[in-house]
Amino acid sequence: MEALIWTVFDFLLITAMLALGWSALSTHSLRRGIALFIAFGLLLSLVWVRLRAPDIALAEAAIGTGLTGALLLAALRDEESAAGAASTEKPKNTIADYLLIAATVILALILGWALIDALMNRQYSGLANEVFTQLDRSGVTNPVTAVLLNFRAYDTFLELAVLLVAVLGIRSLNVSRRPYLKAGLVLSGLTVWLVPVLIVISAYLLWVGAHAPGGAFQSGAVLAAAGVLLRLSGYHGAGLPARIVIRRALMIVGVLVFAIIGLGLMVLGRGFLEYPLAWSGSLILGIETAATLSIAVTLIMAFLAGETGRAGNQEDSSC
Amino acid sequence: MAEYIAMALITTGLIFFIAGSIGLLRLPDLYTRLHALTKADNVGLGMIVLGLAIISGDLITTFKLLLVWLFVLASSAASAHLIAQRARRRERGLWKP
Repeated sequence: MEALIWTVFDFLLITAMLALGWSALSTHSLRRGIALFIAFGLLLSLVWVRLRAPDIALAEAAIGTGLTGALLLAALRDEESAAGAASTEKPKNTIADYLLIAATVILALILGWALIDALMNRQYSGLANEVFTQLDRSGVTNPVTAVLLNFRAYDTFLELAVLLVAVLGIRSLNVSRRPYLKAGLVLSGLTVWLVPVLIVISAYLLWVGAHAPGGAFQSGAVLAAAGVLLRLSGYHGAGLPARIVIRRALMIVGVLVFAIIGLGLMVLGRGFLEYPLAWSGSLILGIETAATLSIAVTLIMAFLAGETGRAGNQEDSSC
Repeated sequence: MAEYIAMALITTGLIFFIAGSIGLLRLPDLYTRLHALTKADNVGLGMIVLGLAIISGDLITTFKLLLVWLFVLASSAASAHLIAQRARRRERGLWKP
């Protein structure tokens, strides 16, 4: 009976996701498309919960849905104010579109075949057992954090670098977003109440990541959400330090700490990011703290379109 | 006994959510739709949280569930207000895109 209920639930979930994904892609209104994309992301995080991957569910809800949704809506606002109004004319299909569709179908077929192949070969259980046998040597008890910050720390290091490069790319576009009006009573009341709570939740997620779902990416995303909320309420700097030097330092501190610890261990005669067992817990916490700050500041900078304080002086009363 | 009370509370909460969804789809304008939606958020989620708290029978979990409810209360009230305010200003021609 219980298995049947879950099967029905999964079926409804998948159907709803396919329907949302299709309508997000096929609608001609960008605003509607973004709203559907956000709903799609929320259901996707439910799928991760069903797959018993709460870490990814948290990251999907915070980064994939919350912050990406905010970024898309901010980009739409720029687009609309540049074009005067949202364009609703139907785009024409070109040969490039059909090539894209063909490539997507081929990719979907390959992925489908890979999925069926993986499901048929049930004896292959991935690297989960390896992780659990080595967990005692990682310095943390949450297997996901052990993989991200110890066994495959190199990958996480590069992910942080990619995030940094992405914001450098946004900055090089040299756009500045119109600031938001000072919020009214209700929104500013909510902001004043919510921002301190978000900071506490972020610290909690960072700390709890060592033994339960959580960690630098989720924590950084929640902190960035506080920044986005401040920006929307009319705090133009989004709560970031006013001095550009400090903002830049916060953006690179994650990569920097990672690199210093990695290279320092090499100087001491170990491999890159090969922590000594007694120190691994503390080193992971140190790296994650620096990474949380960098992720938060980088995501907020992406929301500000890379604005570093210089461009914030053009006030626009019509927004 | 406690389980039955919990089930009754959760079922009532779900009825609120169903009513809210029907209201969103069927009511004529933005303000009445907002009204229907916020009822589902506030009362419906409150009932479900109460039911889940009884089932968990655990003080920390109850506290976390209550926090979730409070966050949803605050954000749904504030966003309903913002949406309605924006719509009202647009109606009166005070707001231009």
